[in-house]
Amino acid sequence: MRVRRTLVAGARGLWLGCLSLVGSVALFCLTVLSLASLPLGLGWLTLPPLVLLTRRYADQRRRWAHDWAGLRIPDDHRPLPARQPGLPGIAQHCYHLLRDPATWRELVWLGLDMTVGALTALLPGLLIVFGVEGFVFPVLIWNGVVPDSQLYGFLRASDPTQVALMPVLGAAVLAACVFTPRPLAVHFRLAAAFLTPPKAELAARVARLTETRHDAVDASAAELRRIERDLHDGAQARLVAMGMDLGTIEALIERDPAKAKELVSRARTSSAQALTELRDLVRGIHPPVLAERGLDDAVRALALRMPLPVEVTGRLPGRLEAPVESAAYFSVSELLTNAVKHADAARVWVDVEYADGRLRVSVGDDGRGGVVLPADGTSGSAGGGARSGLRGLERRLGTFDGILAVSSPVGGPTLVTLEIPCALCSPKTSSS
Amino acid sequence: MRVVLAEDLFLLRDGLIRMLEAFDFEIAAAVDNGPDLARALEEERPDVAVVDVRLPPTLTDEGLQCALAARRARPGLPVLVLSQHVEQLYARELLADGTGGVGYLLKDRVFDAEQFIDAVRRVAAGGTAMDPQVIAQLLSRRSRDRPLARLTPRETEVLELMAEGRSNTAIASKLVVTERAVAKHTSNIFGKLQLPPSDDDNRRVLAVLAYLDRG
Repeated sequence: MRVRRTLVAGARGLWLGCLSLVGSVALFCLTVLSLASLPLGLGWLTLPPLVLLTRRYADQRRRWAHDWAGLRIPDDHRPLPARQPGLPGIAQHCYHLLRDPATWRELVWLGLDMTVGALTALLPGLLIVFGVEGFVFPVLIWNGVVPDSQLYGFLRASDPTQVALMPVLGAAVLAACVFTPRPLAVHFRLAAAFLTPPKAELAARVARLTETRHDAVDASAAELRRIERDLHDGAQARLVAMGMDLGTIEALIERDPAKAKELVSRARTSSAQALTELRDLVRGIHPPVLAERGLDDAVRALALRMPLPVEVTGRLPGRLEAPVESAAYFSVSELLTNAVKHADAARVWVDVEYADGRLRVSVGDDGRGGVVLPADGTSGSAGGGARSGLRGLERRLGTFDGILAVSSPVGGPTLVTLEIPCALCSPKTSSS
Repeated sequence: MRVVLAEDLFLLRDGLIRMLEAFDFEIAAAVDNGPDLARALEEERPDVAVVDVRLPPTLTDEGLQCALAARRARPGLPVLVLSQHVEQLYARELLADGTGGVGYLLKDRVFDAEQFIDAVRRVAAGGTAMDPQVIAQLLSRRSRDRPLARLTPRETEVLELMAEGRSNTAIASKLVVTERAVAKHTSNIFGKLQLPPSDDDNRRVLAVLAYLDRG
């Protein structure tokens, strides 16, 4: 696996290096020439296509950075206004491109890419070649193909001991290649350092936080309204009724004991119902098992209440922060309800795990699938509850920087995975 | 009969003490937190313990954990667990050791004093007392492809009461039928569920729960 990865990275590196040496050099030189010819007028015509070509070239590098090294390089090209016809339009277009800092960043990057960038890209491939050479070189020396005066690294071909050490050095270099994580990382990191707009991450983060804070405020306001309404219409009303019954009982108790007895039993029923309602309400705000046992056991208890067999696997090593626990619990609850209601499934499973500071919960079923996460802003009309519900879930998780991934081909099976970055706040106390 | 009582809310603890004393129970100790409960169970060796699931200092399932630990130390120690809510998960954990003498009830059950005291006595005698809500949850799970679907409505009723931990006599009086009829239903149920019949209340519940567990 590692060897294959190293070879692939070597080949990609060679390709990248060659591309940098040809593409970047050409683009850099042509752009600089165009810039120099701006005063002459010709530059105004040649610059825009060159800049746009550079953008596509840089975008390609961004894609490779993501696919090959797992590195995300954000870009922030300013939107271009619609292009006016005629010469003034071209000039204006060119002016807009020149004013965009991204254009200059990419130009600097081109200069870097054709020098250091090309070298760092070639490095993994060259190291492999160098390592292999360590084995081939001694053979060539013994066969007299290579003259004694040659050097392999710092080892001299004239000294037999040093010749014998050549394969050792080769093997060491190859081992270093194989055990290097992400061989092309240096190249792409360099590209990222120059292509990433300053404070882009920060700006994106602020935008995201603003959005999720908005969602959180909305959600908690809606939740408070629901609780108020439930209390007002439910338990509160029942307690009032009970109070009235008790008042009547007081009046009746001597005059009509039979009637009073009847009212007593009614008051008792009312109090029992009020309790049931309060209990349901509590379950809806913060389920007791969640409070007592934490997420994994709460999900187990939830699974037992489902009308379908639900298999729960995984254990958490400790308790999560309460808000995360609660968000994850209600998300799982909704996903399970969806699976039971819409999926027509015979079997549902849940897996809970915590690794690398992330909580991951997967809910899968063998139902008919076809669940789609609707694009933001649409209400997911055709699919009804399940779909818009998923969007709601995503929002709920978004408050914690969590994500939701849905895989549900038509015909099933469906797998929904949610992930929340979070910390464990205490080790488990109970042991059962 | 000597009782150890653990309940953190003063009003409820007071009420329970009065109710238990009214029915001739002797309160060996009444505590309001987990560590005290563990100590009381160890020192007083009561005939039955009545325990709230959620107790200080952790205010999680400390009461349940204490009860389970005490039963591990002294198998068969009768424990009646009270809770503001009932969960199958906890019911299973209580029943898991299969020695009987356990109960798991909603706190509301104290509304009906006679019924509640009956449950305490049943547990103290080594029987079981499961809250009807737990049993209803178990039975309401869709019984597709399960022999449970083959039961008649009357048999389902009998199974429910049986699972709560009641004896044939109690079931007969509750359903207003003769004891012979209940015995007949019971053996029909065991036949349909392919379980060897047994007269022991406690083993009946375990059989029912174990059977439903497989579903």
